[in-house]
Amino acid sequence: MIKKILCTTMFVSIALAFTIGEATAETLALLTWKGYAPKNLVEKFQKETGIEVKATYTNNEEMIAKLRATRGAGFDLAQPSQDRISSVQEKYNIYQPIDLSKVESGQVISSMLEAVKKNTLVKGKPHAVPFCWGTSGLVVNRKFAADVQDYNDLLNEKYAGRISYRLKRPTLIALAFAMGKDPFALYGDAEAYQALMEKVGQAMIEGKRLVKNYWTNGDALLESMRSGEVNVAMAWDGAGWKLNAENQDIDFLAPRSGALGWIDTFALPAKAKNIDAAYKWINFILRPENAAAFTNMEKYGTASNGAIKLTDAAVRGNFERSFPPEAIDNIKWYPPVPAKLEAIEGKILDKVKAAQ
Amino acid sequence: MKRQTRWGLFLFITPVLLWLFLLIVLPHIDLLIMSFRTENDSGDMMWSVSNYLNFFHEPIYWLTFVRTAIYSVLVTLLTFIIALPVAFYITKVVAPRFQGFLTLLLLLPFWVSELVRVYGWMILLRESGVFNHFLLKLGILNKPIEMLYNDATMVLGLVYTSMLFMVVPLLSVMESLDNSLIEAAYDLGANMWTILFRIIIPHATPGIVSGSIVVFMLTLGNYLTPNLIGGKNSLWFTEQIYNQFIASFNWNQGAAFGFLLLFLSSIAVWLGLKLTKQSLRKVVQ
Repeated sequence: MIKKILCTTMFVSIALAFTIGEATAETLALLTWKGYAPKNLVEKFQKETGIEVKATYTNNEEMIAKLRATRGAGFDLAQPSQDRISSVQEKYNIYQPIDLSKVESGQVISSMLEAVKKNTLVKGKPHAVPFCWGTSGLVVNRKFAADVQDYNDLLNEKYAGRISYRLKRPTLIALAFAMGKDPFALYGDAEAYQALMEKVGQAMIEGKRLVKNYWTNGDALLESMRSGEVNVAMAWDGAGWKLNAENQDIDFLAPRSGALGWIDTFALPAKAKNIDAAYKWINFILRPENAAAFTNMEKYGTASNGAIKLTDAAVRGNFERSFPPEAIDNIKWYPPVPAKLEAIEGKILDKVKAAQ
Repeated sequence: MKRQTRWGLFLFITPVLLWLFLLIVLPHIDLLIMSFRTENDSGDMMWSVSNYLNFFHEPIYWLTFVRTAIYSVLVTLLTFIIALPVAFYITKVVAPRFQGFLTLLLLLPFWVSELVRVYGWMILLRESGVFNHFLLKLGILNKPIEMLYNDATMVLGLVYTSMLFMVVPLLSVMESLDNSLIEAAYDLGANMWTILFRIIIPHATPGIVSGSIVVFMLTLGNYLTPNLIGGKNSLWFTEQIYNQFIASFNWNQGAAFGFLLLFLSSIAVWLGLKLTKQSLRKVVQ
C-alpha cells in the first residue's frame, strides 16, 4: 500500500515538474559581456514578452571558442566585437546571416549599421548589427600620476608597481601605436606584423617588472584602482567613467596616439534555437529608452538612434571631458582581424608571460 | 541465483562503462586525433607530428613544463612535511573523542569551492589587504608590501589547496601503526628522529606514496591557483593549454600539449614509484 502511494506521488510530482517546465520554456540564451544584460532590462523584457533571458558572461576569445566547440549551438544570440566576426565565420562557420528586415533599423544609427554590415560581410551577407561602442585607453589616477599622456606610460619607470593592463591583443596594438607605428596598416602583411609585434613584446618584457598585475576581470581592476594599488591602467572608457563618479581624481584619458575604438554587436549563432526571441531582444534593447538605461548604468555609448538625448547629463559630461574633438578624430577603429594574426599574437603574449 | 548476480552486476556496471566511454574515452580519442593534425600554408588540415615537435623546439613551452613539474614536486614535499605531524597528532596524541572533531576541522574548508578559498587568500595577502593592515597598525611595517604575485605565495596557495589529499591517506595508515612499536623504541633508547625514520615513515610509506601521487597530479593540473595568486609571473603549463585553445585558436596545438602533460606526468609518477621502490598495485590498495 505504502509503496503504491509513494509511486503515485512520485509520478505526479514528475508529471508536475514537466508541465511547469513546459510553461516557462521560452528562454533566450544570450552569450555576452558582463553588464550587457542589466537586471532591470531583463525583467522588463520578461514582463513585456514572457521570455526569460539566460545570460552567460564571457569575452571575445572565449565566445569564439564556446561556439566553435558546439559548431554554433547552445546559444540564441552572441555579442562579439565587430572586428572578430568575418574571419572567424569564414573559418569555423559558427554564425548565420542576420536578416536586417527583422531589425527595426530606424532605431539604429545608420552610419554604424552600415559600417558593421560592411565589416561582417561573408559570402555577400551581413552577420551582425551594432549594439554598443566604446574605446580602450588609459584610466589614470591624477593624484599620483599627473602627467600620463600615452600608452608608453604603461612602461614608464615613474609608475613602477602601480601599472596594470590586460595580457591581450589590444595592449599589443596600443603599444605599437605609441611607438609611432600603425599595426592596422600591417594587417595584410603577416611577416611585417610579426616583426612589429616582436618589438612590442620585447618592450613589454623589459617593462614587466613595472607592472603590478595583468588584469583579467574588470571588477578586480576597478577594485585595485579604488584602493590605490594601481594608478595607471589600460582599460575601457566605461570603467574609467564609473570610477570618476566615485572619485574625481580618477578618470578616463584618450591617449595621445589615439584611443582604440570597438563596436560590440549582435550575431546569431549558426544553430540558434530561438531566433524570434533573439530579434525581439535586439529590437527591445535598442529602443531609445532602454538603450539610455544601459548607457546610464554602464557608461558605454549605444548604437541606438536618439538614446543620447535620454541619457543623464553626467554621461554626456564624461564624453565631452575625455574626448575633445581632436581626440574623437584620432580614435583608431579596429578593422576586421584577418586569420593567423591571433596565433602570432598568442605566441608573443606567451613569451611575455613566461619572461622573468 | 547465479543468473541474478550477473544481471545485478550488469545493471550496476553499465552506467560506469557508459560514463567512462562517452565522457572520458571518446573525447580523448577525438583530442588525440586532433593533436596529430595541423594546418598547412594554404589553410588545409593534414596529418603531422609538428604539434609535438613544437613543444621541444620552442624553449618557452618545455621550460614552462619543467618549471611546473619542479614546483609540483616542491609542493608535494612541503605538503608531506606539514601533513605528517598533523596526521600523527590526530591519530596518536590527541584523545580519541577529539579525533573525529579534528578531522572534521580539516575537512571544513574544503566544503567551499577552490575559487572562494583562493579569493580568501587574495583578500588576506593583497597590498591593501588584511595582513598589511595589521602589520601597519602594529608598526612592524611603515609601508604596505605586495605579498601576492610571487612564487612563494603561489606555493603557499597550492600547498593549502592540496593539504587534505595528503592528510587523509596518512590518517588511515597511521591508524594501523601499533603504538607499542614506538614505546618499545623509546625503551631501547631511540630518539625522535630515529623513530620517525625507522618506524613511522617506513610504516606509512604506502599512504605517503598514494597521497603524493594525488597531490602531485592535482598541482600539476591546477589552473586556478597559479593563475590568480601567481599573477604576472606564474606561467603554469595548464595555462599554456588554455592559451592555445582560447587565445591562439589553435586547438590542435592545445590538444598536443594536453597529451604531453598526461604522458610526462605519468612518467614522473612512474619514476617516483621506481625511486621509492613501491608498486602501484600496493599503493592503490
